[in-house]
Amino acid sequence: MADAGLLRFHVPEPEVRPGGTPDFSNVTIPKAGSVPRPEIEVDPRSIRDMAFSIIRVLNRAGEAVGPWTGLLSDEELLEGLRHMMTLRTFDARMQMAQRQGKTSFYMQHLGEEAVSCAFRKALAPGDMNFPTYRQAGLLIADGYPMVTMMNQIYSNEADPLKGRQLPIMYSSKEHGFFSISGNLATQYIQAVGWAMASAISNDSKIAAAWIGDGSTAESDFHSALVFASTYKAPVILNVVNNQWAISTFQGIARGGSGTFAARGLGFGIPSLRVDGNDYLAVHAVAKWAAERARKNLGPTLVEYVTYRAGAHSSSDDPSAYRPKAESDAWPLGDPVIRLKNHLIHKQVWSEERHTQAEAEILETVIAAQKEAESHGTLHAGGKPSTRDMFEGVYAEMPPHLRRQRQQAGV
Amino acid sequence: MPRRTMIEAIRDAMDVSMGRDSQVIVYGEDVGFFGGVFRATQGLQAKYGKSRCFDAPISESGIVGSAIGMAAYGLKPCVEVQFADYVYPAYDQIVSEAARLRYRSNGDFTCPIVVRMPTGGGIFGGQTHSQSPEALFTHVSGLKVIVPSNPHDAKGLLIAAIEDPDPVIFLEPKRLYNGPFDGHHDKPVTPWSKHELGEVADGHYTIPLGKAAIRRPGSAVTVLAYGTMVYVAQAAAEETGIDAEVIDLRTLLPLDLEAIVASVKKTGRCVVVHEATLTSGFGAELAALVQENCFYHLEAPVARVAGWDTPYPHAQEWDYFPGPARVGRALVETLEA
Repeated sequence: MADAGLLRFHVPEPEVRPGGTPDFSNVTIPKAGSVPRPEIEVDPRSIRDMAFSIIRVLNRAGEAVGPWTGLLSDEELLEGLRHMMTLRTFDARMQMAQRQGKTSFYMQHLGEEAVSCAFRKALAPGDMNFPTYRQAGLLIADGYPMVTMMNQIYSNEADPLKGRQLPIMYSSKEHGFFSISGNLATQYIQAVGWAMASAISNDSKIAAAWIGDGSTAESDFHSALVFASTYKAPVILNVVNNQWAISTFQGIARGGSGTFAARGLGFGIPSLRVDGNDYLAVHAVAKWAAERARKNLGPTLVEYVTYRAGAHSSSDDPSAYRPKAESDAWPLGDPVIRLKNHLIHKQVWSEERHTQAEAEILETVIAAQKEAESHGTLHAGGKPSTRDMFEGVYAEMPPHLRRQRQQAGV
Repeated sequence: MPRRTMIEAIRDAMDVSMGRDSQVIVYGEDVGFFGGVFRATQGLQAKYGKSRCFDAPISESGIVGSAIGMAAYGLKPCVEVQFADYVYPAYDQIVSEAARLRYRSNGDFTCPIVVRMPTGGGIFGGQTHSQSPEALFTHVSGLKVIVPSNPHDAKGLLIAAIEDPDPVIFLEPKRLYNGPFDGHHDKPVTPWSKHELGEVADGHYTIPLGKAAIRRPGSAVTVLAYGTMVYVAQAAAEETGIDAEVIDLRTLLPLDLEAIVASVKKTGRCVVVHEATLTSGFGAELAALVQENCFYHLEAPVARVAGWDTPYPHAQEWDYFPGPARVGRALVETLEA
């Protein structure tokens, strides 16, 4: 009996708060290439240690090393770099548009671009993502038109969602992107249900569930893991650990489990951790999980270790709860710079071409923005009609809504 | 025509729907091998296989959440929540997700699911097996809410619900599973085999959503009821000798306002009856609609008879349950007003 005195209540705290010196010495970063790549038929019990390590491909010298390399051609990597750069530029422009009052709200991906951009490339046409609000790279990397995304952000007359949804809550069945909900974690179990349906239908498509570190605390996360485990659903269970849930550090949701990937172990689900700022590693691990799902081997849980370098949303000010320079101290670096350095190391890219590409991308994004703004912004120009507000609640409008629409004078 | 209990009629509706459409999937707690605690799914797994009828973990949010995903894929899940009292963990999935998916995605994704659940009291189920949470669903844009009162309707409405392109909450008054219960708990219940609404045709038929039925024509007062209260109201009319017109709403959302207004304009009086608690109950909506639409025809205030605003008690079940005596008193007072 070490301590038989009064009980003490425990509330975890992050290592550092504003004013302190950023310190990630507690984050153990394995060497790139050091984590083995098991066969997809591996017994989940034999790879439990992978839930506590980090799969990495790109080393500090910009080389791709180890058993998770060799899946992407130079062209594909260059395309991946372009996707991440596009997403970053898109974010910067839309963040600015929000500040200019052209929309009410925005959420950017700064520092997390590799996660969704690389993941998208591991899926096949027809597969379905159930994303959170920070996976727009799934759309960018799948060629979804930026103008359409902006139309949604501006809630303008060309908004495919008719002004009904908060900005960035996109939906595109065609691009394997399930309608985003502002409620957290609800989509996780829906993804499992979608995957179960695919298996029930003897289809070949798989689903991908997305969640952040903070909302793994929701019960829907746990029901999703139960259902995925029980029915061996063909689903990839993605946890994006960007360290911060608005102002709450990841330790509040993680508790004593060590890692978020470790949550999967109790369910017998193979659970891997991957360097989320490493485009090649994200893609390779996603590919591994997708192959397992497609071969009826069931779900895989993947924790992407990354860092939310920007604010949670346009309504958030991170300087109130974490040191300003913390993102610079993040030991896994920046995903765009790391892939850029890798491509330069491979001599298929250069600083000059990168600068040139940045300018080209900015031009493309600005052109898209101009086109979108020609259809209106939230408070100016064309907007969805009041009639649109009443449509689409049901397949067929019931009498009480018809009466209310008449009362509204539309 | 064959006579069936309400459970048999509900089972038959799922059987017919599964036979006609391979997209229809049935699951829930104890639903597969065993056939459900009320046996509503008995035999369906044996007939259609484990891929189409199976047991689910005890996780209502998981059951409804996975059904939403299945519906997004293109299946038509008809899931069971073992008791309406257990639906609350799934409430977020129903309210924020199922109900709004069509709207928020502008039809890109839709949610044709049915969530079945036994509702109401009268079985000494205490607070966790007796609740009537319909108003929690009628308050939600995007849902449809059905409360059948007999085997014939239960089958036709459930098939219509399964075929409906939008999410439907299907509340089954469990006290009616075996017979039309009129609130006289000390008397034996007439089985459905002896009641004309126990006649359930074989094969496929539907009853359109949003259509009420007049169960007892009358001229003195309109009683708006659904589920178990349809029989309580009829008993009250017989026992008081008041010529009440009893309307069985059948679907609460969308509501058959036309039928309500036509009846109240004819009788000039209205009593609203439900088993659920009074405050902010569905009766409040009905009373408001009646006064909005029939004010100049009303000769008395609209009365409400409902469960008391307490949790559903155990030992005091029959003090709580709005039985024929309470409904009868309301009829008399409304006529005297």
